[in-house]
Amino acid sequence: MRNTTSELVDKIEQGALADAVNLLQTINDARNRDLYQQVGQLTRALHDAIRDFHVDTRAAVDQDKTLSEMADATDRLNYVINLTQNAANRTMDKVEECLPIVSELGKEAALLRNEWGRLIRREMKPQEFRDLYRRIDTFLVETERQTDVLSGNFSEITLAQDYQDLTGQVVKKVITLVHEVEDSLVHLVKMASQVDRITGIQPKDTDKNTEIIDKQIPEGPVVNAEKRGVDVVSGQDEVDDLLSSLGF
Amino acid sequence: MNKDMKILIVDDFATMRRIIKNLLRDLGFNNTHEADDGLTAIPMLNAGNYDFLVTDWNMPGMTGFDLLKHVRADPDLKDLPILMVTAESKREQIVAAAQAGVNGYIVKPFTAAVLKEKIEKIFERIQK
Repeated sequence: MRNTTSELVDKIEQGALADAVNLLQTINDARNRDLYQQVGQLTRALHDAIRDFHVDTRAAVDQDKTLSEMADATDRLNYVINLTQNAANRTMDKVEECLPIVSELGKEAALLRNEWGRLIRREMKPQEFRDLYRRIDTFLVETERQTDVLSGNFSEITLAQDYQDLTGQVVKKVITLVHEVEDSLVHLVKMASQVDRITGIQPKDTDKNTEIIDKQIPEGPVVNAEKRGVDVVSGQDEVDDLLSSLGF
Repeated sequence: MNKDMKILIVDDFATMRRIIKNLLRDLGFNNTHEADDGLTAIPMLNAGNYDFLVTDWNMPGMTGFDLLKHVRADPDLKDLPILMVTAESKREQIVAAAQAGVNGYIVKPFTAAVLKEKIEKIFERIQK
């Protein structure tokens, strides 16, 4: 293009206008070719980046279909919530079944120990002893039966923890998807910057500080408190310290 | 402390409501009721003489923080003791909750002993 330009200047100085116009056309063609080629490459790359987003563009036609792997990921995460909730409920159901059993056995044992003490101290009448005799027999039978119930419940509580394996697998899949989407996003951002460069578009300066935080927006559990540093507390002790510094 | 006091537990997760309900029962409080966010809690609070409110922070609809501010702004409810039980652990948030008038703040995950201690502390302070 540089050669053509200096040639153009020469032609104009020589007054050869027809040749100069021809040269201008050549310059223009070269520029267009280059631009079309770059736009073509960009379109291709953009298409790839969007495809890698796991969004099925055909699904837009059929709204009833699962729209994308994103939607699938949402389903998967909902599945995790359901599974963990069911496990928590199953565990608590079983614990609630066990509590009265343990409490009854404990109470009866305490009563019997009391009576047994009277027997040892020889404070017991023969009729009372015969009653105690029967009660101890009943208690032993009942204890045996109820410990079976308890151990059955304990193994069900253990089994209820199987969600850990299942949810772990599901969550790992979602993590993989998130990583892939992140890569595609980075790719898209690179594309966008190239489009800006070729077309000469200057992105407007967006003022990031315009959003004034007047509400305390909840963010859920902090998963990396160590990395967060001083803005989060690491446990109840720090909450108590903070509150007492405020006069609580 | 009155063991028959009427308590409202507000949390969007049924499991957490159940855990808190069970822990309160173990502490001798049987008069517990449940709501799943601030919006469902408000009509319940308005309708019925509650003595104590235990609320989560992060909930859809209306957050526990907004519920706290609502209660403190309502002349009929403003003196209701409020305990926040939440995973929100930013210093800024704890300070904001304290300034909005919370009576106690527990971060999840928590233990039965912490719940007991905070409830006792709240009512000790109120009785003074």
